[in-house]
Amino acid sequence: MRLEYFQMVDRIAALDPEARTVRADCVVPDASPVFEGHFPGHPLLPGVLMIETMAQTGGWLVLAVLRFQRMPFLAQVKEAKLRAFVVPGQALQAEARLLHDGSGYAVVAGSISSAGKKVADAEITYRVVPFPNDKLRAEMLKTARRVAVPEAFLDG
Amino acid sequence: MSSTFETVAGIIAETCDIPREKITPESHAINDLGIDSLDFLDVAFAIDKAFGIKMPLEQWTQEVNDGKVSTDEYFVLGNLSANIDKLVAARAA
Repeated sequence: MRLEYFQMVDRIAALDPEARTVRADCVVPDASPVFEGHFPGHPLLPGVLMIETMAQTGGWLVLAVLRFQRMPFLAQVKEAKLRAFVVPGQALQAEARLLHDGSGYAVVAGSISSAGKKVADAEITYRVVPFPNDKLRAEMLKTARRVAVPEAFLDG
Repeated sequence: MSSTFETVAGIIAETCDIPREKITPESHAINDLGIDSLDFLDVAFAIDKAFGIKMPLEQWTQEVNDGKVSTDEYFVLGNLSANIDKLVAARAA
């Protein structure tokens, strides 16, 4: 994870558009400017970044299901539960399951676990729209390759 | 249609925190009930789940934007319920 660049997902570990599930590996960095403020002397991964991690993980699933023809933008977070503190250096597994692929929107159930224990979960809704420009789509494809989204899901 | 409307009205009442008695088949979801686009996503998700359909919201929006139909066609709840019935029938066919 590179928190200050909002790069929350390190690697897609498993992605199954048929089963509509994804699992991602994310390691909290040992050091980040974020920890200087959150909190001095007691560094914790901010809850909003745990939500962002679930949103990005589910976002990769939506992108893969749609073969990168449309872009999901975060629209709503429901029932978010931040169940445990997450600290620098901690390894996380983020998971998402597509609950519904609607017309112009999508809903996923997201969660984060660490060492087998659930640390966060939420229901996340995206607005799913055509890419606003070619640059964003190109950058998303580049990032997809960096995080190892399987090549088969990158075009449609 | 009536049972479809009852289901839709119940969903809107619960999702948007609108008193059920204010919701009629003549109500326009936006103009009369003040449902915004984010709340409508919630309503759409609940309707899709309840009826096992995928309302073609993007197609409907395009038709409105192109001037082919007025928003009444899809946002007046009696009309919306009739459209849901058509989608359910098409799925069953």
